[in-house]
Amino acid sequence: MSFVLRTRALRARHLAVKPLRSGVTQVRGLQTDADKSSPAESLPESGSATFKVNLPGDSFHSYRCDVPDPEIEISKDGLVDMYHKMVQMRRMEQAADALYKQKLIRGFCHLAIGQEAISVGMEKAMTPDDRVITAYRCHTFAVMRGGTIKGVLAELMGRQAGMSHGKGGSMHIFTPSFFGGNGIVGAQVPVGTGIAFAQKYLNKPSVTFALYGDGASNQGQVFESYNMAKLWNLPVVFSCENNKYGMGTSAERAAMNTSFFTRGDQIPGLQVNGMDILAVLRAAQWAKEWTVSGKGPLVMEFVTYRYGGHSMSDPGTTYRTREEIQQVRSKSDAIAGLRRYILEWGVTDEDSLKAIDKSAKEEVDHAVEEAKQSPHPDLKDFWTDIYVSGRPNLSFSV
Amino acid sequence: MPPRFSLPCRSASAYFSKRPGPSVLGRLRGQHVDAGLSSPRRARAAPSPPEAQGVEGEPSISENQLLLSSAQEALATPGLHFTDGHGPLGPTGRGRQTRRMNLYGAIREALGTALGSNPKAVIFGEDVAFGGVFRCSMGLMEEFGKKRVFNTPLSEQGIAGFGIGFASVGATAIAEIQFGDYIFPAFDQLVNEAAKQHYASGGAYPLPGGSLTIRAPIGSVGHGGLYHSQSPEGFFLGAAGLKVVIPRSPIQAKGLLLSAIRDPSPILFLEPKILYRAAVEEVPIDDYTLPLGQMEIVRPGTDLTLISYGLPLYTCLNAITLLHDPPATLMPLLPDKLRPPRPISIQLIDLRMINPLPINSVVEAIKQTGRVVIVHEAGPSGGVGNNLAGELGRRAFEYLEAPIGLVSGWDTPVPLTFERFYQPDVIRVFDKLLETLSY
Repeated sequence: MSFVLRTRALRARHLAVKPLRSGVTQVRGLQTDADKSSPAESLPESGSATFKVNLPGDSFHSYRCDVPDPEIEISKDGLVDMYHKMVQMRRMEQAADALYKQKLIRGFCHLAIGQEAISVGMEKAMTPDDRVITAYRCHTFAVMRGGTIKGVLAELMGRQAGMSHGKGGSMHIFTPSFFGGNGIVGAQVPVGTGIAFAQKYLNKPSVTFALYGDGASNQGQVFESYNMAKLWNLPVVFSCENNKYGMGTSAERAAMNTSFFTRGDQIPGLQVNGMDILAVLRAAQWAKEWTVSGKGPLVMEFVTYRYGGHSMSDPGTTYRTREEIQQVRSKSDAIAGLRRYILEWGVTDEDSLKAIDKSAKEEVDHAVEEAKQSPHPDLKDFWTDIYVSGRPNLSFSV
Repeated sequence: MPPRFSLPCRSASAYFSKRPGPSVLGRLRGQHVDAGLSSPRRARAAPSPPEAQGVEGEPSISENQLLLSSAQEALATPGLHFTDGHGPLGPTGRGRQTRRMNLYGAIREALGTALGSNPKAVIFGEDVAFGGVFRCSMGLMEEFGKKRVFNTPLSEQGIAGFGIGFASVGATAIAEIQFGDYIFPAFDQLVNEAAKQHYASGGAYPLPGGSLTIRAPIGSVGHGGLYHSQSPEGFFLGAAGLKVVIPRSPIQAKGLLLSAIRDPSPILFLEPKILYRAAVEEVPIDDYTLPLGQMEIVRPGTDLTLISYGLPLYTCLNAITLLHDPPATLMPLLPDKLRPPRPISIQLIDLRMINPLPINSVVEAIKQTGRVVIVHEAGPSGGVGNNLAGELGRRAFEYLEAPIGLVSGWDTPVPLTFERFYQPDVIRVFDKLLETLSY
């Protein structure tokens, strides 16, 4: 008996799950550093004047299309604004983490710490007419698409001041141009395809970004959406945030093809360095031009990384090494990358960035306090909003 | 329409004051505040949501009498069948061992036993190789290898269909859907393929030895919200060919799961997730099964039959205790005929399988008592309660002394903030017992 147990123990050690890669910064030759872009000309005096920036040529890989021109126009103010938003978003997610640990947020909560460049960078390329839908890692998108930090945090805590009046929680937050916030892996992708159809039907020069993760890429309904979108040439950008792990399983263990940008078959695709916010911005601009000009859908893969676990109940260290996380944090952090651009290019000085850091912290702290003050929903709200009240609304717009 | 709490009983007026007044529940709730009946408020800065609270002294799940805490009781579990063919004294005649286990430990034990006793059995699902989010398959990959315990992509429809295909050629497929709430992408495969395969093939498939078991955690935990606390069992009631089993405790879970895995019909095995850690019993460590498709009379009784399954059974037992031994604050609310020392005898039934319903034995049981209350956590519409009430009403109409009572969740999404309010609590069950007994 003891012999059997011992051999089992030996086997157990042998079979213990080892992360497949020691480092994840190289993804098939794609540049995943956050700070390798450089200005193509000297920076203008004015904060609002734009200047050209060269992105590294390997910021993008394409499938069935040409890569976008690796050049972007941005202003000094634009860079500082994105920095501010990214710092704010990280602070907000950290606040959610703390509130969860204080048991003021209960249930399920998925943080996007590490992935901020995507929501902030994409937003910079979008107009209010564009539409976004995503899964449960949705807090930053909700704020970018017109929500407030207080509204998000209050929603997480199930308070009346929450963006869904405390009835949705962490995974269910909506704005007029943001359709959630969905709890079922992959379920938002066909919904986003339908929203894009409305845009096409109404001849709107706008696009829907339907976001999902590398894990959701393997859901059948994602492929059904690809087919419909290409069949009817809809203005939808299927945007895969590839953070390398679908819950606790690495993409390599779950997907037969981890080049997620190539999985649309006839749909052209683009793989993007999701850690360099300028690459994200450029890709989103390009995708918007592509879809609005009537060329049909795209599959876009943002290569990124989440520093925390899948959700609050996952420490995030059982299926990958601490060194791997540390390596991305220290080498490819999107906020540190943008900070370096700003300082090295002389956009502004360190003191102003510190002031931004400080004000972002204060803004979030203030929002936390305000959210905490908000009462829980009234008991009658328990049974409201189940059916739509009122007369049928015969108009529709998107 | 908002949920009602009034006691609309006609003959009850003989026992209650003439004035229609607030219900027992309403009055009790009022006294909660006045008499400080509720448990002390937790000190925390934030305002707390209105919670559906039990009465003072309500035992926690782990203290509940439903759980068998001695080896003797455990080995005397009705229907227990040891696979080695020997009785509770075991092959040596010196008795059998039990071990204290919670529900996830018992599930893990059953899964390990299934893999160990059947080389054609495999386990797959999202993150199961690491033990699963509820630790039900902890260590199985290390013990049996990654060919037999493996992770799947996040593809519920694929997982279900893959399991059906694997089982159809004679293998034993044990799949996990991570949360019952995620089962809907697999709904088509389960209802249209799994449930119908045997019928559609004229009995040809699955090939001998083939068996599909899909496990999923269900039910609320107090703060899971819209996509992590649902009780989806009602949706499968119309799927003839699919069996749906819901265990109430570790001993039951191990025995029923092993029966399910060894049953050739496709089985949905739904585990109340709050019991994973909270419910602890002395579980026999040998390979044993419990009969599928048979309800169990958990407590005998003659005045009323209380029917439930899974988690609410604990609440039901608490309500029975409350009725047997009401606190002084409840006493004035009781009609004379229900006051101690008159012993009120309530029969408690665990359905264990809800599709197909063990209807004949339930009908026989209620014919003896004439009064029925059904309790479950899912909302009333399209649920087990109304399904069962319809059958009982037709089959035992002339035996019934009162309308069949139902205590359930509500016809709303499972609310984030009011999840505790959604759950049937001891007072709601108690209230319905009084209403039905005094009809």
